[in-house]
Amino acid sequence: MTGPLDGHTIDSIRSGLLEKKFSAEELARAALTFAEAENPKTNAYLTFAPERALAAARAVDEKIAAGIDPGPLAGVPIGVKDVIVTRGLRTTCGSRLLANYIPPYDATAVIRLEQAGGVLLGKTNCDEFAMGSSNENSAFGPVRNPVALDRVPGGSSGGSAAVVAQGTATLSLGSDTGGSIRQPASFCGVVGVTPTYGRVSRYGLTAFASSLDHIGPFSRTVRDSARLLQVIAGRDEMDSTSAFAPVPDYAASLDEGLDGNLRGKRIGLPKQFFEGLASETGDLILRAVDVLKKLGCEVREIELPHTQYAVACYYVIATAEASSNLARYDGVRYTARASSSATLAEMYRVTRNEGFGAECKRRIMLGTYVLSAGYYDAYYLKAQKVRALVARDYAQAFEQVDAIVGPVSPFPAFKLGEMVDDPVAMYLSDIYTITGDLAGIPCMSVPCGTTGEGLPVGLQIFARHFDETEMFRLADTYERFAAS
Amino acid sequence: MKITEQEIRRVAELANLALTDDEVAQMARDLSGILTHVDKLNELDTTGVEPMAQVLVHTEDAAGETATLREDRERPPLGNHDALANAPLAGSGYFKVPKVIER
Repeated sequence: MTGPLDGHTIDSIRSGLLEKKFSAEELARAALTFAEAENPKTNAYLTFAPERALAAARAVDEKIAAGIDPGPLAGVPIGVKDVIVTRGLRTTCGSRLLANYIPPYDATAVIRLEQAGGVLLGKTNCDEFAMGSSNENSAFGPVRNPVALDRVPGGSSGGSAAVVAQGTATLSLGSDTGGSIRQPASFCGVVGVTPTYGRVSRYGLTAFASSLDHIGPFSRTVRDSARLLQVIAGRDEMDSTSAFAPVPDYAASLDEGLDGNLRGKRIGLPKQFFEGLASETGDLILRAVDVLKKLGCEVREIELPHTQYAVACYYVIATAEASSNLARYDGVRYTARASSSATLAEMYRVTRNEGFGAECKRRIMLGTYVLSAGYYDAYYLKAQKVRALVARDYAQAFEQVDAIVGPVSPFPAFKLGEMVDDPVAMYLSDIYTITGDLAGIPCMSVPCGTTGEGLPVGLQIFARHFDETEMFRLADTYERFAAS
Repeated sequence: MKITEQEIRRVAELANLALTDDEVAQMARDLSGILTHVDKLNELDTTGVEPMAQVLVHTEDAAGETATLREDRERPPLGNHDALANAPLAGSGYFKVPKVIER
Protein backbone atom coordinates (compact mmCIF):
# COMPACT_ATOMS: atom_id res chain seq x y z
CA MET A 1 0.00 0.00 0.00
CA THR A 2 1.41 3.39 -0.94
CA GLY A 3 1.68 5.98 1.78
CA PRO A 4 2.23 9.74 1.96
CA LEU A 5 5.86 9.33 3.01
CA ASP A 6 6.90 6.86 0.28
CA GLY A 7 9.98 8.06 -1.55
CA HIS A 8 10.44 11.01 0.79
CA THR A 9 13.72 12.06 2.37
CA ILE A 10 14.60 15.07 4.52
CA ASP A 11 15.67 16.91 1.35
CA SER A 12 12.55 16.08 -0.67
CA ILE A 13 10.27 17.18 2.16
CA ARG A 14 12.20 20.40 2.49
CA SER A 15 11.93 21.21 -1.21
CA GLY A 16 8.26 20.19 -1.25
CA LEU A 17 7.60 22.66 1.57
CA LEU A 18 9.63 25.50 0.08
CA GLU A 19 8.08 25.00 -3.37
CA LYS A 20 4.61 24.94 -1.72
CA LYS A 21 3.75 21.51 -3.10
CA PHE A 22 2.37 20.69 0.34
CA SER A 23 2.37 22.24 3.79
CA ALA A 24 3.98 20.66 6.84
CA GLU A 25 0.54 20.41 8.41
CA GLU A 26 -0.86 18.57 5.36
CA LEU A 27 2.04 16.15 5.39
CA ALA A 28 1.75 15.57 9.15
CA ARG A 29 -2.01 14.96 8.90
CA ALA A 30 -1.58 12.53 6.01
CA ALA A 31 1.26 10.74 7.80
CA LEU A 32 -0.75 10.42 11.03
CA THR A 33 -3.85 9.14 9.21
CA PHE A 34 -1.80 6.60 7.29
CA ALA A 35 0.24 5.52 10.34
CA GLU A 36 -2.87 5.05 12.50
CA ALA A 37 -4.52 2.97 9.76
CA GLU A 38 -1.44 0.81 9.11
CA ASN A 39 -0.31 0.37 12.72
CA PRO A 40 -2.48 -2.67 13.58
CA LYS A 41 -0.45 -4.71 11.06
CA THR A 42 2.84 -4.24 12.92
CA ASN A 43 2.05 -2.76 16.38
CA ALA A 44 5.08 -0.52 15.81
CA TYR A 45 3.67 2.60 17.45
CA LEU A 46 2.52 2.47 21.07
CA THR A 47 1.31 6.06 21.32
CA PHE A 48 0.45 8.70 18.73
CA ALA A 49 0.98 12.39 19.42
CA PRO A 50 -1.37 14.16 16.98
CA GLU A 51 -1.64 17.46 18.87
CA ARG A 52 2.07 17.75 19.36
CA ALA A 53 2.80 16.76 15.75
CA LEU A 54 0.32 19.20 14.25
CA ALA A 55 1.51 22.06 16.47
CA ALA A 56 5.10 21.40 15.37
CA ALA A 57 4.03 21.22 11.72
CA ARG A 58 2.09 24.49 11.94
CA ALA A 59 5.14 26.16 13.50
CA VAL A 60 7.17 25.06 10.46
CA ASP A 61 4.52 26.42 8.08
CA GLU A 62 4.48 29.75 9.93
CA LYS A 63 8.25 30.05 9.70
CA ILE A 64 8.19 29.37 5.97
CA ALA A 65 5.39 31.92 5.49
CA ALA A 66 7.44 34.48 7.43
CA GLY A 67 10.55 33.76 5.38
CA ILE A 68 12.42 32.26 8.34
CA ASP A 69 14.58 29.13 7.93
CA PRO A 70 12.32 26.32 9.19
CA GLY A 71 15.29 24.20 10.36
CA PRO A 72 17.23 21.23 9.02
CA LEU A 73 14.46 18.69 9.78
CA ALA A 74 11.58 20.96 8.71
CA GLY A 75 8.30 19.05 8.58
CA VAL A 76 9.94 15.61 8.73
CA PRO A 77 7.72 13.02 10.48
CA ILE A 78 9.69 11.20 13.18
CA GLY A 79 9.01 8.27 15.54
CA VAL A 80 10.80 8.10 18.88
CA LYS A 81 11.54 4.88 20.77
CA ASP A 82 9.49 4.64 23.91
CA VAL A 83 12.54 4.49 26.21
CA ILE A 84 13.27 8.15 25.35
CA VAL A 85 11.23 10.48 27.53
CA THR A 86 8.82 13.05 26.12
CA ARG A 87 7.28 15.75 28.29
CA GLY A 88 3.56 15.25 28.77
CA LEU A 89 3.55 12.27 26.38
CA ARG A 90 3.25 8.76 27.80
CA THR A 91 6.59 6.92 27.87
CA THR A 92 6.24 3.24 28.76
CA CYS A 93 9.67 1.71 28.08
CA GLY A 94 7.65 -1.28 26.86
CA SER A 95 6.90 -2.11 30.50
CA ARG A 96 3.71 -2.70 32.47
CA LEU A 97 5.39 -0.76 35.28
CA LEU A 98 5.30 2.46 33.25
CA ALA A 99 2.04 1.90 31.36
CA ASN A 100 0.75 5.27 32.62
CA TYR A 101 4.01 7.18 33.10
CA ILE A 102 3.91 10.80 31.87
CA PRO A 103 7.44 12.25 31.97
CA PRO A 104 7.90 15.80 33.31
CA TYR A 105 10.70 16.63 30.82
CA ASP A 106 11.96 16.01 27.28
CA ALA A 107 15.14 14.12 26.41
CA THR A 108 17.85 16.37 24.93
CA ALA A 109 17.71 14.49 21.60
CA VAL A 110 13.95 15.13 21.41
CA ILE A 111 14.36 18.84 22.22
CA ARG A 112 16.99 19.13 19.50
CA LEU A 113 15.01 17.38 16.79
CA GLU A 114 11.90 19.44 17.54
CA GLN A 115 13.92 22.66 17.55
CA ALA A 116 15.19 21.62 14.12
CA GLY A 117 11.61 21.53 12.81
CA GLY A 118 11.09 17.77 13.19
CA VAL A 119 7.53 16.52 13.69
CA LEU A 120 7.23 13.88 16.44
CA LEU A 121 4.41 11.59 15.29
CA GLY A 122 4.49 9.15 18.20
CA LYS A 123 6.36 6.72 20.40
CA THR A 124 7.56 3.39 19.09
CA ASN A 125 7.29 -0.06 20.63
CA CYS A 126 10.39 -1.81 21.98
CA ASP A 127 11.56 -4.64 24.20
CA GLU A 128 10.93 -3.89 27.88
CA PHE A 129 13.60 -1.40 29.04
CA ALA A 130 15.40 -2.13 25.74
CA MET A 131 16.22 -5.68 26.79
CA GLY A 132 15.85 -8.09 23.91
CA SER A 133 16.80 -8.94 20.35
CA SER A 134 13.35 -9.59 18.87
CA ASN A 135 10.89 -7.06 20.31
CA GLU A 136 8.95 -9.98 21.81
CA ASN A 137 9.66 -8.69 25.34
CA SER A 138 7.31 -5.70 25.12
CA ALA A 139 4.47 -5.70 27.65
CA PHE A 140 2.30 -4.26 24.86
CA GLY A 141 2.76 -7.12 22.42
CA PRO A 142 5.44 -7.84 19.87
CA VAL A 143 6.16 -5.76 16.78
CA ARG A 144 5.82 -7.55 13.45
CA ASN A 145 8.37 -7.05 10.70
CA PRO A 146 6.76 -4.98 7.90
CA VAL A 147 8.78 -6.93 5.33
CA ALA A 148 7.38 -10.31 6.53
CA LEU A 149 4.59 -10.04 9.08
CA ASP A 150 5.18 -13.51 10.57
CA ARG A 151 8.72 -12.51 11.54
CA VAL A 152 10.26 -10.35 14.25
CA PRO A 153 11.58 -6.87 13.40
CA GLY A 154 14.62 -7.42 15.62
CA GLY A 155 15.16 -5.65 18.89
CA SER A 156 15.21 -3.87 21.03
CA SER A 157 14.38 -0.85 18.81
CA GLY A 158 12.01 -2.99 16.70
CA GLY A 159 9.27 -0.36 16.50
CA SER A 160 11.68 2.38 15.40
CA ALA A 161 13.05 0.20 12.58
CA ALA A 162 9.56 -0.93 11.58
CA VAL A 163 8.02 2.56 11.27
CA VAL A 164 10.73 3.62 8.82
CA ALA A 165 10.43 0.37 6.85
CA GLN A 166 6.63 0.62 6.85
CA GLY A 167 6.64 4.23 5.66
CA THR A 168 4.82 5.44 8.77
CA ALA A 169 7.74 7.76 9.65
CA THR A 170 10.60 9.19 7.60
CA LEU A 171 13.06 9.01 10.48
CA SER A 172 13.14 7.55 13.94
CA LEU A 173 15.27 7.49 17.06
CA GLY A 174 16.30 4.23 18.68
CA SER A 175 18.71 3.22 21.39
CA ASP A 176 21.55 0.73 21.24
CA THR A 177 23.27 -1.00 24.16
CA GLY A 178 24.36 -4.27 22.52
CA GLY A 179 23.03 -3.98 18.96
CA SER A 180 19.50 -2.66 19.47
CA ILE A 181 19.69 -0.21 16.55
CA ARG A 182 21.80 -2.10 14.00
CA GLN A 183 20.14 -5.52 14.33
CA PRO A 184 16.55 -4.29 13.77
CA ALA A 185 17.80 -2.03 10.96
CA SER A 186 19.31 -5.12 9.33
CA PHE A 187 16.14 -7.20 9.86
CA CYS A 188 13.83 -4.48 8.46
CA GLY A 189 16.04 -3.32 5.58
CA VAL A 190 16.67 0.25 6.75
CA VAL A 191 19.72 2.27 7.81
CA GLY A 192 20.51 2.31 11.54
CA VAL A 193 23.37 4.13 13.24
CA THR A 194 25.02 3.68 16.63
CA PRO A 195 27.19 6.78 17.05
CA THR A 196 30.37 6.97 19.15
CA TYR A 197 29.60 6.60 22.86
CA GLY A 198 29.03 10.13 24.17
CA ARG A 199 28.36 11.62 20.71
CA VAL A 200 24.65 12.03 21.55
CA SER A 201 23.46 13.06 25.00
CA ARG A 202 21.77 10.31 26.98
CA TYR A 203 19.76 12.84 29.03
CA GLY A 204 16.21 11.51 28.95
CA LEU A 205 17.18 8.06 27.68
CA THR A 206 15.86 5.65 30.31
CA ALA A 207 19.02 4.05 31.68
CA PHE A 208 19.65 0.37 30.92
CA ALA A 209 23.46 0.00 31.03
CA SER A 210 24.88 3.50 31.36
CA SER A 211 28.41 2.75 30.10
CA LEU A 212 26.98 1.14 26.94
CA ASP A 213 23.78 3.08 26.13
CA HIS A 214 23.53 5.17 22.93
CA ILE A 215 20.76 7.08 21.14
CA GLY A 216 20.94 6.88 17.34
CA PRO A 217 18.99 7.38 14.10
CA PHE A 218 17.05 5.16 11.69
CA SER A 219 16.27 6.24 8.12
CA ARG A 220 15.75 5.03 4.55
CA THR A 221 19.04 6.53 3.35
CA VAL A 222 22.52 6.96 4.80
CA ARG A 223 22.36 10.69 4.12
CA ASP A 224 19.20 11.09 6.22
CA SER A 225 20.80 9.33 9.18
CA ALA A 226 23.81 11.62 8.83
CA ARG A 227 21.52 14.65 8.86
CA LEU A 228 19.56 13.45 11.87
CA LEU A 229 22.76 12.68 13.78
CA GLN A 230 23.99 16.19 12.90
CA VAL A 231 20.98 17.63 14.74
CA ILE A 232 21.08 15.49 17.89
CA ALA A 233 24.87 15.18 18.37
CA GLY A 234 27.08 17.37 20.52
CA ARG A 235 27.92 18.25 24.09
CA ASP A 236 25.01 18.59 26.51
CA GLU A 237 25.47 19.96 29.99
CA MET A 238 22.74 17.60 31.22
CA ASP A 239 24.85 14.49 30.44
CA SER A 240 28.33 14.62 31.91
CA THR A 241 29.43 11.76 29.64
CA SER A 242 28.44 13.59 26.45
CA ALA A 243 31.49 14.44 24.38
CA PHE A 244 33.03 17.89 23.86
CA ALA A 245 34.41 16.94 20.43
CA PRO A 246 33.00 19.30 17.77
CA VAL A 247 30.39 17.82 15.42
CA PRO A 248 31.63 17.88 11.81
CA ASP A 249 29.32 18.68 8.88
CA TYR A 250 28.48 15.10 7.88
CA ALA A 251 26.35 15.95 4.82
CA ALA A 252 29.04 18.27 3.43
CA SER A 253 31.57 15.47 3.55
CA LEU A 254 29.11 13.23 1.70
CA ASP A 255 28.85 15.89 -1.03
CA GLU A 256 32.63 15.76 -1.41
CA GLY A 257 32.41 12.00 -2.01
CA LEU A 258 29.74 12.06 -4.70
CA ASP A 259 32.10 10.76 -7.38
CA GLY A 260 32.05 7.38 -5.66
CA ASN A 261 35.79 7.14 -5.48
CA LEU A 262 36.97 5.16 -2.47
CA ARG A 263 40.47 4.56 -3.86
CA GLY A 264 43.03 3.85 -1.17
CA LYS A 265 40.51 3.34 1.65
CA ARG A 266 41.73 0.46 3.76
CA ILE A 267 38.94 -1.86 4.85
CA GLY A 268 39.37 -4.64 7.40
CA LEU A 269 37.43 -7.91 7.39
CA PRO A 270 37.62 -9.47 10.86
CA LYS A 271 38.55 -13.12 10.44
CA GLN A 272 36.54 -13.96 13.59
CA PHE A 273 33.34 -12.52 12.05
CA PHE A 274 33.41 -14.81 9.04
CA GLU A 275 34.24 -18.13 10.68
CA GLY A 276 31.17 -20.32 10.38
CA LEU A 277 29.21 -17.75 8.40
CA ALA A 278 28.62 -20.05 5.45
CA SER A 279 25.11 -18.85 4.75
CA GLU A 280 23.10 -16.55 2.54
CA THR A 281 23.94 -13.78 5.00
CA GLY A 282 27.64 -14.47 4.57
CA ASP A 283 27.31 -14.51 0.77
CA LEU A 284 25.52 -11.15 0.74
CA ILE A 285 28.18 -9.59 2.97
CA LEU A 286 30.97 -10.87 0.71
CA ARG A 287 29.13 -9.51 -2.32
CA ALA A 288 29.01 -6.11 -0.61
CA VAL A 289 32.73 -6.37 0.05
CA ASP A 290 33.24 -6.97 -3.70
CA VAL A 291 31.37 -3.74 -4.43
CA LEU A 292 33.68 -1.88 -2.04
CA LYS A 293 36.69 -3.41 -3.83
CA LYS A 294 35.33 -2.24 -7.20
CA LEU A 295 35.00 1.26 -5.75
CA GLY A 296 38.71 1.23 -5.01
CA CYS A 297 38.88 -0.01 -1.42
CA GLU A 298 41.87 -2.02 -0.36
CA VAL A 299 40.43 -4.97 1.57
CA ARG A 300 42.48 -6.99 4.02
CA GLU A 301 41.79 -9.59 6.68
CA ILE A 302 42.24 -8.41 10.26
CA GLU A 303 42.15 -10.06 13.68
CA LEU A 304 39.76 -9.21 16.52
CA PRO A 305 40.95 -12.08 18.72
CA HIS A 306 38.71 -11.41 21.74
CA THR A 307 35.44 -11.50 19.79
CA GLN A 308 34.51 -14.91 21.20
CA TYR A 309 34.52 -13.45 24.73
CA ALA A 310 32.38 -10.41 23.91
CA VAL A 311 28.95 -11.89 24.63
CA ALA A 312 30.00 -13.19 28.06
CA CYS A 313 31.70 -9.89 28.85
CA TYR A 314 28.66 -7.89 27.74
CA TYR A 315 26.08 -9.88 29.66
CA VAL A 316 28.02 -9.37 32.89
CA ILE A 317 28.56 -5.62 32.47
CA ALA A 318 25.16 -4.80 30.97
CA THR A 319 23.17 -6.78 33.54
CA ALA A 320 25.22 -5.44 36.45
CA GLU A 321 24.52 -1.87 35.37
CA ALA A 322 20.88 -2.70 34.64
CA SER A 323 20.30 -4.23 38.07
CA SER A 324 21.38 -0.94 39.58
CA ASN A 325 19.53 1.31 37.10
CA LEU A 326 16.25 -0.62 37.43
CA ALA A 327 16.30 -0.45 41.23
CA ARG A 328 14.41 2.85 41.02
CA TYR A 329 11.19 1.12 39.92
CA ASP A 330 10.09 0.36 43.44
CA GLY A 331 6.44 1.39 43.58
CA VAL A 332 7.13 4.77 45.20
CA ARG A 333 7.68 7.24 42.35
CA TYR A 334 6.81 5.67 38.99
CA THR A 335 3.04 5.07 38.73
CA ALA A 336 2.71 1.32 39.39
CA ARG A 337 2.35 -0.17 42.86
CA ALA A 338 1.17 -3.60 44.01
CA SER A 339 -2.33 -3.17 45.37
CA SER A 340 -2.06 -4.61 48.86
CA SER A 341 1.18 -4.66 50.80
CA ALA A 342 1.43 -4.57 54.57
CA THR A 343 5.01 -3.35 54.73
CA LEU A 344 7.36 -1.22 52.63
CA ALA A 345 9.69 -4.16 51.88
CA GLU A 346 6.80 -6.32 50.71
CA MET A 347 5.49 -3.45 48.57
CA TYR A 348 8.87 -3.17 46.80
CA ARG A 349 9.17 -6.88 46.16
CA VAL A 350 5.63 -7.53 44.98
CA THR A 351 5.45 -4.38 42.82
CA ARG A 352 8.66 -5.32 41.05
CA ASN A 353 7.79 -8.96 40.58
CA GLU A 354 4.36 -8.15 39.16
CA GLY A 355 5.68 -5.27 37.04
CA PHE A 356 8.79 -6.61 35.32
CA GLY A 357 8.59 -9.17 32.53
CA ALA A 358 10.62 -12.39 32.47
CA GLU A 359 13.62 -11.04 30.53
CA CYS A 360 14.01 -7.99 32.79
CA LYS A 361 13.84 -10.20 35.89
CA ARG A 362 16.45 -12.55 34.41
CA ARG A 363 18.83 -9.66 33.78
CA ILE A 364 18.19 -7.99 37.14
CA MET A 365 18.91 -11.33 38.84
CA LEU A 366 22.07 -11.99 36.82
CA GLY A 367 23.30 -8.44 37.43
CA THR A 368 22.58 -8.60 41.14
CA TYR A 369 24.37 -11.95 41.34
CA VAL A 370 27.56 -10.79 39.58
CA LEU A 371 27.75 -7.71 41.81
CA SER A 372 27.00 -9.56 45.06
CA ALA A 373 29.58 -10.04 47.81
CA GLY A 374 32.19 -12.61 46.84
CA TYR A 375 31.46 -12.51 43.12
CA TYR A 376 32.34 -8.92 42.16
CA ASP A 377 35.98 -9.62 41.30
CA ALA A 378 35.29 -12.93 39.57
CA TYR A 379 32.59 -11.54 37.30
CA TYR A 380 32.24 -7.76 37.12
CA LEU A 381 35.88 -6.77 37.45
CA LYS A 382 36.95 -9.64 35.19
CA ALA A 383 34.44 -8.54 32.55
CA GLN A 384 35.67 -4.93 32.71
CA LYS A 385 39.19 -6.20 32.03
CA VAL A 386 38.00 -8.29 29.09
CA ARG A 387 36.15 -5.21 27.83
CA ALA A 388 39.50 -3.40 27.77
CA LEU A 389 40.92 -6.25 25.65
CA VAL A 390 38.01 -6.06 23.18
CA ALA A 391 38.53 -2.28 22.89
CA ARG A 392 42.26 -2.83 22.39
CA ASP A 393 41.56 -5.27 19.53
CA TYR A 394 39.75 -2.48 17.69
CA ALA A 395 42.40 0.15 18.51
CA GLN A 396 45.08 -2.15 17.07
CA ALA A 397 43.01 -2.96 13.99
CA PHE A 398 42.45 0.73 13.29
CA GLU A 399 46.21 1.20 13.08
CA GLN A 400 46.04 -0.83 9.86
CA VAL A 401 42.64 0.05 8.40
CA ASP A 402 40.28 3.04 8.07
CA ALA A 403 37.08 1.07 8.58
CA ILE A 404 35.95 -2.45 9.40
CA VAL A 405 33.03 -4.24 7.76
CA GLY A 406 31.16 -7.43 8.55
CA PRO A 407 27.72 -8.89 9.17
CA VAL A 408 25.25 -7.40 11.68
CA SER A 409 23.57 -10.67 12.62
CA PRO A 410 24.37 -14.31 11.81
CA PHE A 411 20.90 -14.70 10.24
CA PRO A 412 18.02 -12.59 8.87
CA ALA A 413 14.71 -11.97 10.70
CA PHE A 414 13.40 -15.14 12.36
CA LYS A 415 9.80 -16.12 13.01
CA LEU A 416 7.92 -14.87 16.06
CA GLY A 417 8.28 -17.36 18.91
CA GLU A 418 11.12 -19.24 17.23
CA MET A 419 13.81 -18.32 19.77
CA VAL A 420 11.98 -17.25 22.95
CA ASP A 421 12.71 -20.42 24.91
CA ASP A 422 16.48 -20.24 24.63
CA PRO A 423 17.89 -17.07 26.22
CA VAL A 424 21.52 -18.12 25.69
CA ALA A 425 21.02 -18.69 21.94
CA MET A 426 19.26 -15.32 21.71
CA TYR A 427 22.17 -13.62 23.54
CA LEU A 428 24.78 -15.33 21.33
CA SER A 429 23.11 -13.96 18.19
CA ASP A 430 24.29 -10.48 19.30
CA ILE A 431 27.93 -11.48 18.78
CA TYR A 432 28.72 -9.09 15.88
CA THR A 433 27.05 -6.02 17.33
CA ILE A 434 28.15 -6.25 20.97
CA THR A 435 31.85 -5.63 20.34
CA GLY A 436 31.13 -2.18 18.88
CA ASP A 437 29.26 -1.13 22.02
CA LEU A 438 31.95 -2.50 24.31
CA ALA A 439 34.60 -0.48 22.45
CA GLY A 440 32.32 2.58 22.18
CA ILE A 441 33.12 3.09 18.48
CA PRO A 442 30.63 4.28 15.85
CA CYS A 443 28.98 1.52 13.85
CA MET A 444 25.99 1.17 11.56
CA SER A 445 23.92 -1.16 9.44
CA VAL A 446 23.29 -0.39 5.78
CA PRO A 447 21.05 -2.66 3.67
CA CYS A 448 23.05 -4.96 1.37
CA GLY A 449 20.42 -7.12 -0.30
CA THR A 450 17.84 -9.77 0.50
CA THR A 451 17.89 -13.53 0.88
CA GLY A 452 16.05 -15.90 -1.45
CA GLU A 453 13.02 -15.57 0.82
CA GLY A 454 13.13 -11.79 0.42
CA LEU A 455 14.48 -11.06 3.91
CA PRO A 456 16.77 -8.03 4.24
CA VAL A 457 20.39 -8.31 5.37
CA GLY A 458 22.51 -5.44 6.67
CA LEU A 459 26.20 -4.76 6.19
CA GLN A 460 27.85 -3.49 9.35
CA ILE A 461 30.49 -0.75 9.18
CA PHE A 462 32.70 0.25 12.12
CA ALA A 463 34.96 3.31 12.32
CA ARG A 464 37.31 4.96 14.82
CA HIS A 465 35.95 6.92 17.78
CA PHE A 466 34.30 10.13 16.51
CA ASP A 467 34.96 9.23 12.88
CA GLU A 468 31.32 8.97 11.84
CA THR A 469 32.36 10.94 8.75
CA GLU A 470 34.44 8.04 7.42
CA MET A 471 31.67 5.56 8.23
CA PHE A 472 28.97 7.63 6.48
CA ARG A 473 31.18 8.22 3.44
CA LEU A 474 31.71 4.50 2.97
CA ALA A 475 28.05 3.63 3.60
CA ASP A 476 26.71 6.39 1.35
CA THR A 477 29.02 5.47 -1.52
CA TYR A 478 28.14 1.80 -1.15
CA GLU A 479 24.41 2.63 -1.03
CA ARG A 480 24.54 4.71 -4.21
CA PHE A 481 26.73 2.35 -6.24
CA ALA A 482 25.63 -1.08 -4.99
CA ALA A 483 22.62 -1.17 -7.29
CA SER A 484 24.55 -0.25 -10.43
CA MET B 1 28.72 -22.68 36.93
CA LYS B 2 25.62 -24.21 38.56
CA ILE B 3 23.50 -21.95 40.68
CA THR B 4 21.17 -23.46 43.31
CA GLU B 5 17.58 -22.51 44.08
CA GLN B 6 18.75 -21.44 47.51
CA GLU B 7 21.18 -18.96 45.93
CA ILE B 8 18.43 -17.72 43.62
CA ARG B 9 16.26 -16.96 46.66
CA ARG B 10 19.10 -15.04 48.30
CA VAL B 11 19.75 -12.97 45.14
CA ALA B 12 16.01 -12.32 44.67
CA GLU B 13 15.99 -10.92 48.22
CA LEU B 14 18.85 -8.56 47.29
CA ALA B 15 17.11 -7.57 44.05
CA ASN B 16 13.75 -6.97 45.77
CA LEU B 17 11.88 -9.47 43.60
CA ALA B 18 9.19 -11.70 45.16
CA LEU B 19 9.77 -14.62 42.76
CA THR B 20 7.25 -17.46 42.81
CA ASP B 21 8.45 -21.04 43.35
CA ASP B 22 8.10 -21.75 39.62
CA GLU B 23 10.09 -18.64 38.79
CA VAL B 24 12.84 -19.66 41.22
CA ALA B 25 13.20 -23.04 39.50
CA GLN B 26 13.20 -21.49 36.02
CA MET B 27 15.64 -18.78 37.08
CA ALA B 28 18.06 -21.38 38.49
CA ARG B 29 18.07 -23.16 35.12
CA ASP B 30 18.42 -19.95 33.06
CA LEU B 31 21.14 -18.37 35.17
CA SER B 32 23.10 -21.64 35.32
CA GLY B 33 23.07 -21.75 31.51
CA ILE B 34 24.16 -18.14 31.16
CA LEU B 35 26.86 -18.39 33.85
CA THR B 36 28.26 -21.51 32.22
CA HIS B 37 28.83 -19.43 29.12
CA VAL B 38 30.21 -16.54 31.21
CA ASP B 39 32.81 -18.91 32.72
CA LYS B 40 34.52 -18.63 29.34
CA LEU B 41 36.02 -15.37 30.58
CA ASN B 42 38.29 -17.38 32.87
CA GLU B 43 40.13 -18.76 29.84
CA LEU B 44 41.73 -15.33 29.52
CA ASP B 45 44.72 -14.18 31.52
CA THR B 46 43.92 -10.57 32.42
CA THR B 47 46.89 -9.98 34.74
CA GLY B 48 47.96 -6.35 34.47
CA VAL B 49 44.95 -5.30 32.37
CA GLU B 50 43.29 -2.10 33.61
CA PRO B 51 39.51 -2.56 33.95
CA MET B 52 37.57 -0.43 31.46
CA ALA B 53 34.79 1.35 33.35
CA GLN B 54 33.92 3.85 30.64
CA VAL B 55 34.67 4.69 27.04
CA LEU B 56 35.62 8.33 26.87
CA VAL B 57 38.73 8.24 29.04
CA HIS B 58 40.14 5.90 26.40
CA THR B 59 39.63 8.40 23.60
CA GLU B 60 41.08 11.77 22.72
CA ASP B 61 37.88 13.44 23.85
CA ALA B 62 38.56 13.15 27.56
CA ALA B 63 38.96 16.90 28.07
CA GLY B 64 40.67 16.43 31.42
CA GLU B 65 39.32 15.54 34.81
CA THR B 66 36.98 18.51 34.98
CA ALA B 67 34.98 17.30 31.99
CA THR B 68 32.39 15.79 34.29
CA LEU B 69 31.94 18.89 36.45
CA ARG B 70 29.54 21.61 35.39
CA GLU B 71 29.59 25.12 36.72
CA ASP B 72 27.90 25.31 40.11
CA ARG B 73 25.03 27.73 39.70
CA GLU B 74 21.41 28.01 40.75
CA ARG B 75 18.71 26.75 38.47
CA PRO B 76 15.04 25.97 38.93
CA PRO B 77 14.34 22.46 40.24
CA LEU B 78 11.65 20.13 38.92
CA GLY B 79 9.21 21.36 41.57
CA ASN B 80 7.10 19.50 44.10
CA HIS B 81 3.99 19.18 41.92
CA ASP B 82 5.82 17.69 38.91
CA ALA B 83 7.97 15.45 41.08
CA LEU B 84 4.88 13.89 42.67
CA ALA B 85 2.76 13.78 39.52
CA ASN B 86 3.58 10.13 38.77
CA ALA B 87 3.45 8.88 42.35
CA PRO B 88 0.99 6.02 42.89
CA LEU B 89 0.17 7.57 46.26
CA ALA B 90 1.04 11.08 47.45
CA GLY B 91 -0.24 13.44 50.12
CA SER B 92 0.67 16.76 51.74
CA GLY B 93 3.52 17.17 49.27
CA TYR B 94 5.14 13.82 50.01
CA PHE B 95 5.38 10.33 48.54
CA LYS B 96 3.29 7.99 50.71
CA VAL B 97 4.46 4.43 51.41
CA PRO B 98 3.24 1.57 53.64
CA LYS B 99 4.32 1.50 57.27
CA VAL B 100 8.11 1.21 57.63
CA ILE B 101 8.46 0.69 61.40
CA GLU B 102 6.44 -1.91 63.28
CA ARG B 103 5.60 -1.25 66.95
